[in-house]
Amino acid sequence: MSQIQNIAPAVPLPARTSTQRPGMYIYDQYDQRLVDERVSQFRDQTQRYLAGELGADEFMALRLMNGLYIQTHAPMLRIAIPYGLFSSDQMRMLAHIARKYDKGYGHFTTRQNIQFNWPKLETVPDILADLASVQMHAIQTSGNCIRNTTTDPLAGVAADELEDPRPYCEIIRQWSTLHPEFAYLPRKFKIAVTGASRDRAATLVHDIGLRLVKNEIGDIGFQVSVGGGLGRTPIIGQTIRPFLEKQHLLSYLEAIVRVYNLKGRRDNKYKARIKILVSAMGMEAFRALVDKEWNNNKDKLILDTAEINRVKAFFAPLPYDVSAAADKRHEGYANNSSDFSRWLKYNTFDHKVDGYRGVFISLKAPGIAPGDITDKQMDLAAELADRYSAGLIRSTYEQNLVLSDIKQGDLYPLWQSLHQHGLATPTIGTLNDMICCPGLDFCELANASSIDVADMIQRRFDNLDYLYDLGEIRLKMSGCMNGCAHHAIGHIGILGVDKKGEEWYQLTLGGYAETTAELGQRLGRAVSKDEVADAVENIAHVYVEQRIEGEQFIDTFQRIGIVPFQERVYADH
Amino acid sequence: MQIIKNHQIVEDQWQHIPDIVEGVEATPLPTGNIIVPLALWQTDKEQLLQHTGVLGIRLNSDHDVADISAYLSHFAIIALQFPSFRDGRSYSMASALRQHYGYTGELRAVGNVLRDQLGYMARAGFDAFEIDPTQKIEDALNAFNEISVKYQASSDEPLPLYRRRA
Repeated sequence: MSQIQNIAPAVPLPARTSTQRPGMYIYDQYDQRLVDERVSQFRDQTQRYLAGELGADEFMALRLMNGLYIQTHAPMLRIAIPYGLFSSDQMRMLAHIARKYDKGYGHFTTRQNIQFNWPKLETVPDILADLASVQMHAIQTSGNCIRNTTTDPLAGVAADELEDPRPYCEIIRQWSTLHPEFAYLPRKFKIAVTGASRDRAATLVHDIGLRLVKNEIGDIGFQVSVGGGLGRTPIIGQTIRPFLEKQHLLSYLEAIVRVYNLKGRRDNKYKARIKILVSAMGMEAFRALVDKEWNNNKDKLILDTAEINRVKAFFAPLPYDVSAAADKRHEGYANNSSDFSRWLKYNTFDHKVDGYRGVFISLKAPGIAPGDITDKQMDLAAELADRYSAGLIRSTYEQNLVLSDIKQGDLYPLWQSLHQHGLATPTIGTLNDMICCPGLDFCELANASSIDVADMIQRRFDNLDYLYDLGEIRLKMSGCMNGCAHHAIGHIGILGVDKKGEEWYQLTLGGYAETTAELGQRLGRAVSKDEVADAVENIAHVYVEQRIEGEQFIDTFQRIGIVPFQERVYADH
Repeated sequence: MQIIKNHQIVEDQWQHIPDIVEGVEATPLPTGNIIVPLALWQTDKEQLLQHTGVLGIRLNSDHDVADISAYLSHFAIIALQFPSFRDGRSYSMASALRQHYGYTGELRAVGNVLRDQLGYMARAGFDAFEIDPTQKIEDALNAFNEISVKYQASSDEPLPLYRRRA
């Protein structure tokens, strides 16, 4: 066979348990054949590139659509975790990949995917083949195409949910996978779906945002927003259609993307996103074009109820144990262990079923890059998912993991395992649970490092009681204006900039996207790396002094505005 | 010149009439089958309809297929330009011609037409390909069957996979 296939020594794949689990989509022969064929196709493309038969520019477009970047130190491979849901078997495969092809760790991203920073180009076809063996792929995780659809990491178990968005995410995944019309769009295209009242998927800063809503006669459909996005020109999406019937979901998406494909700018990559097109045309004109396209295909491309129900069946609620609520051992443990009690309060969340809780696996341990996880931790998470949570794991927008269905009686032993392995840092939702891109240490786009600054901030706020007193503060830090960490919608946003070869940091305050959305306001001139933690501490002081009973940081900011924060942070200058 | 048509390498029987360049006198039309640029069609429609050979038309990726939708029966070929393989507008133009306007003649991809995009092009409705001279045309034939699973309804498949799953 080929040279490439012979490079990697044969290591047995990790043992597989049953993939026939409830609670997630399972491939049939078609889905499996597609990923298998895609691996063969990319293996051939890689061989032709290495043989000099395929140019670097042509190969770039092909490898990006298979998740492969060429980065500062090595290639980076981004693997799709469709809408952030995966199984213990799939997690074990990620651990195997980390060990065999990388340096023993991976990095979870804000788009619920995982990245490996050190694979060798020649081994990527083998990695993709390993992924395909557990129903995974890296298709369209980069490139100017429709990317991985993201959603609420608490989908299906959240108490504030109207309807589970994941079946629609899967339907969109299939529709967008290798869509022949949309592989060479002007720029990347991101879709997010939520079914809850609190928007944990930041839908309004996506190219298309879909929110499940009920109309006046009680039917559930989608509120569709378009033209949101962060990056260099952050823009909040606008509603293009307040209510879209489910049967028209695909035809309407197709109409929007077709208009974008034909009309989006291609002369300047910084002005090529759909948000620029919508802003330039105005929503009314854009909507008119979409409606015209939609009229051509809405009767031809109906999303059948039968298909919706077929996909929904995969996500049916787990067989919950009705006696779970009677087991209250965790309360006794909480009385005896302040560590467990803190974790219980901050790292678990209400489940829609009495007697169950959802659990965050924190990837924000001090001294570790936010979102990073080792192969051993991956294996442990897989084992705990099997033991306690139906073998299912979710990755979150905030770069943590979730075990969504934990019996309350299992919380204490689960915490013990997580705690032992550095996965129980009890800071979910606090300032130290920050979102952070890989920054200058890994990314060739970055202007400034972010991981070391994250560490400095986390050390500054290492007093847990103080951190808890500050309440919910969403801190988001990007190493450049491409904004992968969504700093523009951080309650506190930090943007790394380059000034004459030095790293500086621009702060913004008051951004959010949890219900409606707003962009943060610039605090003032950028500060040096040494001053970032001071600035954040000063911002926290202003909040503590000015807050009135019950106010979270974002409430206080909206009431008092940015000036008191500016006066404090720049007081010495 | 050889092209790929219906998954086979064939000798091309057509001549491209170059784009109109301002200040350059257009040469008289040759006899035989010709593919004319949209601009020529728009200025010389009557004369072209008298042409003895068969007529084809060529659109750039920033043209609008609606501009020729009333005249589709006059064209045995519609050629759509790929100025770069990264410019994906012609995929949507091909889809519109096949699926919305019901065009059944030859749909030809011209320009930077590379092996690794042929699968998408065929799905979007192209059935003829002027392969870029940098490519080996025999190798390019292999590109059509790399991916056999089609989730979407498109020009080559009227039903989405969810209506076809066994």
